[in-house]
Amino acid sequence: MEIGLSQYLTVAAILFVIGVFGIFMNRKNIITILMSVELILLSVNLNFVAFSAFLNDIVGQVFALFVLTVAAAEAAIGLAILVVFFRNRGSIAVDDVNTMKG
Amino acid sequence: MLGLQALFFYIFAFIAVGSALMVVFARNPVHSVLFLILTFVASAGLFLLAGAEFLALILIVVYVGAVAILFLFVVMMLDLDVGRLKQGALEYAPFGAIIGIVLLAELVIAATGGFSDPVLSTNTALPMASIPAASNIEALGSVLYTRYILFFQLAGLILFVAMIGAIVLTLRHKEGVKRQSIPQQVARTPETAIEVRKVESGRGI
Repeated sequence: MEIGLSQYLTVAAILFVIGVFGIFMNRKNIITILMSVELILLSVNLNFVAFSAFLNDIVGQVFALFVLTVAAAEAAIGLAILVVFFRNRGSIAVDDVNTMKG
Repeated sequence: MLGLQALFFYIFAFIAVGSALMVVFARNPVHSVLFLILTFVASAGLFLLAGAEFLALILIVVYVGAVAILFLFVVMMLDLDVGRLKQGALEYAPFGAIIGIVLLAELVIAATGGFSDPVLSTNTALPMASIPAASNIEALGSVLYTRYILFFQLAGLILFVAMIGAIVLTLRHKEGVKRQSIPQQVARTPETAIEVRKVESGRGI
């Protein structure tokens, strides 16, 4: 029962795959797609932290911090776009997006 | 001692994976957001076990405190038709499952068996042993503010641009609402602001 690098990587891989599967399964629901993207970025962060810990290199955690920053910015912009889209259309179904003007 | 660490690792890992599944499969988006919060908290526990205390707490502060609450606000603000959003989910599910299983198999094989790197194979289960600083946050800060100061500033710039973008996108001016105009107020002079009238006694204006 020793926790090594491969256990961390396996958990991160499972989270990543759940995120990818969520994007495929909830094709109509932008909010769930955004949450799946957050899950994917979280699993990437978990990989960075695991490698940082087991290679004794702090730079992995620095990069994880930057990934976290970009994820937060992406969530804010994505939700803002979603709110504007809902105001214009009255729904957030993705299949309405192909009727864009311009 | 190691047994306790393994026990907590598996507890956090199962909570994270289970709630991540619930994020994807929950019918109600509010439940999805709440399970997303649980996933982040469990992952923060995993970060703690790996020795990254600062990132674990940042994960809770940034994700649970800001991003997930933002999601919750948006989900509750929009009037969602849950049934329509979920229709067609099952027709995409087999395709997604095939891709997911293939991807998972590849990643797990790579994570468990594929390493022949001598550094990785000799260095397992040694969380944060030889990083010289006293604490995790001190080690992180000593690198972040010296060698990576440019990227740190750029991260700030990204957040600033994201903030401006979100405000510009969602701000809207309603017609017919009286609002304060500071330049107009400052530009007023006694000549334009005050009008002296000669009022005849007993008649009013």
